Amino acid sequence: MTRQEILEELKKVISPYTTNKEMLAEINDQTDLIKDLKINSANLVDIIIDAEAKYDIEIDYDVADKMMVVGTCIDVISERISQKL
Amino acid sequence: MVTGMGVVAPNGVGVPAFLQAIQNGVSGIKFMPRYQELNFSCQVAGMPNFDWASLSNYISEVTLHGLKGTNIGYGLVAALDAWADSGMPYDTDEPRWETGCVFGNSIADTEAMKNVIIRVDNKEAKKLGSRVVEQAMNSGVTSYISGRLGLGNKVITNSAACATGTQAILMGYEYIKHGYAKRMVVGSAEHVDTYVYGAFDSMRVLSRKYNHEPEKASRPMSATAGGFIPGSGSGALILEDLDFALERGAKIYAEVLGGSSNSGGQRLGGTMTAANSTGVIRCINEAVATSGIDPQQIDLISGHLTATNADRQEIQNWANALNRTGEDFPLTNSLKSMIGHSLSAAGSIETVASILQIVHGFVHPNINLDDPNPEIINLVSVDKLPIKMIKKEVNIVAKANFGFGDVNSCLILSKFN
Repeated sequence: MTRQEILEELKKVISPYTTNKEMLAEINDQTDLIKDLKINSANLVDIIIDAEAKYDIEIDYDVADKMMVVGTCIDVISERISQKL
Repeated sequence: MVTGMGVVAPNGVGVPAFLQAIQNGVSGIKFMPRYQELNFSCQVAGMPNFDWASLSNYISEVTLHGLKGTNIGYGLVAALDAWADSGMPYDTDEPRWETGCVFGNSIADTEAMKNVIIRVDNKEAKKLGSRVVEQAMNSGVTSYISGRLGLGNKVITNSAACATGTQAILMGYEYIKHGYAKRMVVGSAEHVDTYVYGAFDSMRVLSRKYNHEPEKASRPMSATAGGFIPGSGSGALILEDLDFALERGAKIYAEVLGGSSNSGGQRLGGTMTAANSTGVIRCINEAVATSGIDPQQIDLISGHLTATNADRQEIQNWANALNRTGEDFPLTNSLKSMIGHSLSAAGSIETVASILQIVHGFVHPNINLDDPNPEIINLVSVDKLPIKMIKKEVNIVAKANFGFGDVNSCLILSKFN
């Protein structure tokens, strides 16, 4: 999966957790989940759980702490998918 | 002062539908195929015709995503409808420091919690996510309501079994009366899920002879009353200080004159499950005294009257407390004949019904009372237990509920003059 493909899928994962759909459509590597998309910090764990289910991967607690901006989310997901292969 | 009302009831969701149902004696009791599969003795229940997707009109889609607690859904709709009915917008940037909330419930939605138990037992606790705790906690309903409305005063979750709803309204009234708050969102919610229902079924306190005639199953005060029918839903009121309400031009439905909440102490015949009559009579007397009325002024009793063998003793207790019997006994009705017993939510739904009877000038019928219990009509005149709606002015209603743990709660409601 390319980074662009992961980004498009990630939008779907994030969608239920933000009311800011206009910004969601235009997210990029620098978009901050809490500051820009106004996602409740408690919901970050739900996004990680949904991403784990979607990509059939496991994201451990320490790595999850890094997933605050879209770029690092894609890094982590991309890395886990490649480990699976 | 009551300035807003909302209701989710088995025979009507929203005040207009509910008003029409109680005027026409419409039953909300339905056959539950699932309960037959589970070999329950009682297989009927009062379940609101509730459209879960309609919650998107009340809360953000982010909040709705992951909301599983049925009791929370009911409570949100009743409370937010009451808020809108009182003429105020939901949104606020600043906390509403002058407004608090007392909202009660019994337990969280056990059926929703079942998924939690299964996941944990499967060693998948990691997958539960962030939304379980807030819905499992007893204060789940109040947290969702107060969060949506930005309530900044006292936010309290009460629980007193079947007396919860009336107790919540009384507590909110007392906070305003004592000057702690200007406005309170009060009420209660209950979802009798399959597991709680099963536990009541096992106590043999539910009506089991009318599974094929669900609308006839709830028979308070009748000779054939064979137990209660569990019901679910929520009722909510907005209570406001008089001057505060008048200042903003709010319409006023009715007034809480006073009330009382006590316990029989599980002594003198009172137990975990039975009321101590001395406690009940004290509760009613205190409610009358704090309201500054004469018992003769009571036009209508909205009873607890669940359709168990406690009905007769309840009527006896009212008669003793008010010193009124026979033809002198007030008109009396039980909403449970139409919707069953909504446990924690009973008191708030029945209070909404009481206020509607004051506002619209009628006494709703007791349905299924074609065979009144002879021991009851020995005490009070049968025409005081109407089986058809009576159109008449209703000025003062006494509304009481009595719950497991030997807890009692009584409100005196009045037309606003």
